[in-house]
Amino acid sequence: MLTNISNVLRACVQRNGAAAVISVRSYADFTTQATFEIKKCDVHKLDEAPATEVVMTRDEGLQYYRIMQTMRRMELKADQLYKQKIIRGFCHLYDGQEACAVGIEASINLTDHLITAYRAHGYTYTRGGTVKEIMAELTGRRGGIAKGKGGSMHMYCKHFYGGNGIVGAQVPLGAGVALACKYHGKNELCVCLYGDGAANQGQIFETYNMAALWKLPVIFICENNRYGMGTSVERAAASTDYFKRGEFIPGLRVDGMDVLCVREATRFAADHCRSGKGPILMELQTYRYHGHSMSDPGVSYRTREEIQEVRSKSDPISLLKDRLLSNNMASVEELKEIDVEVRKEIEDAAQFATTDPEPPLEDLCNHLYHNDSPVEVRGTNPWAKLKSVS
Amino acid sequence: MATSLRCFLRSGKKAVLVAGRRGFQRSAPAGVQVTVRDALNQAMDEELERDERVFLMGEEVAQYDGAYKVSRGLWKKYGDKRVIDTPISEMGFAGIAVGSAMAGLRPICEFMTFNFSMQAIDQVINSAAKTYYMSAGLQAVPIVFRGPNGASAGVAAQHSQCFAAWYAHCPGLKVVSPWNSEDAKGLLKSAIRDDNPVVFLENELMYGVPFEMTEESQSKDFTVPIGKAKIERPGNHITLVSHSRFVGHCLDAAAVLAKEGIECEVINLRTIRPMDVESIEASVMKTNHLVTVEGGWPQFGVGAEICARIMEGPAFNYLDSPVTRVTGVDIPMPYAKTLEENSLPQVKDIIFSVKKTLNV
Repeated sequence: MLTNISNVLRACVQRNGAAAVISVRSYADFTTQATFEIKKCDVHKLDEAPATEVVMTRDEGLQYYRIMQTMRRMELKADQLYKQKIIRGFCHLYDGQEACAVGIEASINLTDHLITAYRAHGYTYTRGGTVKEIMAELTGRRGGIAKGKGGSMHMYCKHFYGGNGIVGAQVPLGAGVALACKYHGKNELCVCLYGDGAANQGQIFETYNMAALWKLPVIFICENNRYGMGTSVERAAASTDYFKRGEFIPGLRVDGMDVLCVREATRFAADHCRSGKGPILMELQTYRYHGHSMSDPGVSYRTREEIQEVRSKSDPISLLKDRLLSNNMASVEELKEIDVEVRKEIEDAAQFATTDPEPPLEDLCNHLYHNDSPVEVRGTNPWAKLKSVS
Repeated sequence: MATSLRCFLRSGKKAVLVAGRRGFQRSAPAGVQVTVRDALNQAMDEELERDERVFLMGEEVAQYDGAYKVSRGLWKKYGDKRVIDTPISEMGFAGIAVGSAMAGLRPICEFMTFNFSMQAIDQVINSAAKTYYMSAGLQAVPIVFRGPNGASAGVAAQHSQCFAAWYAHCPGLKVVSPWNSEDAKGLLKSAIRDDNPVVFLENELMYGVPFEMTEESQSKDFTVPIGKAKIERPGNHITLVSHSRFVGHCLDAAAVLAKEGIECEVINLRTIRPMDVESIEASVMKTNHLVTVEGGWPQFGVGAEICARIMEGPAFNYLDSPVTRVTGVDIPMPYAKTLEENSLPQVKDIIFSVKKTLNV
């Protein structure tokens, strides 16, 4: 990867002409790793806390940058396609919250498990879905990750259990995945995400109880973006200390806009789970730039000034970029090159997503039952006898 | 004004913006265009004004003006006491609503969609529906559960289910399913005035559709009785029975079939429970053929119940062919556009079924 970057830089120079003094910075010029001071986490029922001095390598930094930028551009492209009515129904965008998904994935393995609610495009990507198949799912085409049958809220891939439309329902599911992890004994854990709105669902408290009782290896993560659809946290919750709501479950409150904070907290939480101590709860303080969904302008319950302030002071990608540049870990040109590559990847994916055909009608009734013989399915009238295969 | 303008634009070509303003005592001309959304809004506004025990609770109903803007302007007019925003806690707030009804209030409990009512269904059935019976008449539960039901557009499997059959299965509940604005307003007012738990199934795709409302229907005391179906279009050759959005589909099919000399009688059920079987029977005894049309799944559905009831009654002997059910396809709702279109009854499916039933 590093040779590529140098080659790309040299190509840039050739394109720009030799007249200007453009220094070709080779790999040796950059700092390979640096130590960063990150915000301390608030803790609940914990004697220790995640480290506040962390190391990030150049490679890691570039990787996080690329992934976050990809997620950002993918969501913005989805916004565009939705406005063109190529994406329909519900579309809940993740831009602003990238540091959460990337930070979490950085401290777990693909062999671990993850489940979230409907703001799921970013997680589908970090868990292994490609931009192409995510976008084609949004546009409802056969190349979509769920063959076009699920849509925005129902994307799945290996060890990623969606994508769930019913608020809060994913939390007991996540604990169930963790139960299976403990049962199998392979030292895997489950990351189980929900939002500040969902935090008031009863089933979450039932889950906390059982997860703690049975010491399930689950990391509950509340992505607190301050608003449950149009309702601010103050209007929905008697206690907005979401990291304490697990009561008997230890908790952390984390700066969700800083990918290194999220990574470090997840590392801490994963260690806790894997050492058999049972569940742990993380609250990530984050923000979404878009409204709740594409049908919500997002400005009737919050001000444009607030959104702008977060964008200018706490944007996760900007924060990372500043760190890389001011510690001489990457160059402006290098990051721009990544931007160009990301843009191209998104364009190609959008092209695919808009030209791939819809799933065939023959697929309408398939996937009702697993490992079963074909069944006949009633169509809209008694003479319409449709076929369903597993 | 801006919200009214948005409403106007969303309603499409035929919408005439009349009902944008709230709380006016209008002496409007006869035959005014009102969207289903505005009709529901008017019903709630009028009933909130009429009886101070009535209040509305649900997610985003107050400050957001309603997730689908059905409760627009009500919080501004009536305040925190009468219009309450809840956290996302269906089981909890449905239970709270039922409890308040037991203690003398008359709540309107909104589910953002009826899909989410599944989280609270124990409170609807066990706490609301059965209590009057269990207490041998001591404890009434005058509550309305309302919200959009059934398929929308592109919202996929977890957000597209029709709950008419589920709720209509239960004694102790009344289940209402309006189609047009007159239905919406008159039935909601009746539901709010009814001393029993009423499940009020709206339809998101109908919210923006304007219908002409008579002068009579604009009166503050206008109600449509629960338990009575309406013949939307008389005909002699075949009876079409439907509820909610698909009544419109039936009327469209009837228009096409009329050109071929087939006159359909279209019945709008309006209420699923108690079902007005007499109206259906009277019609079948005239036309000798019956097609039921619904958006829900076929098994144990509204159409299935109609078939059974017809067989058990006098109309059976008048049938010249078995009853035909036109229903949603027996699958979870797919997301992709063409698949979704083919998962629900289309006008052509109704036309096809009518012809098959008539053997033409």
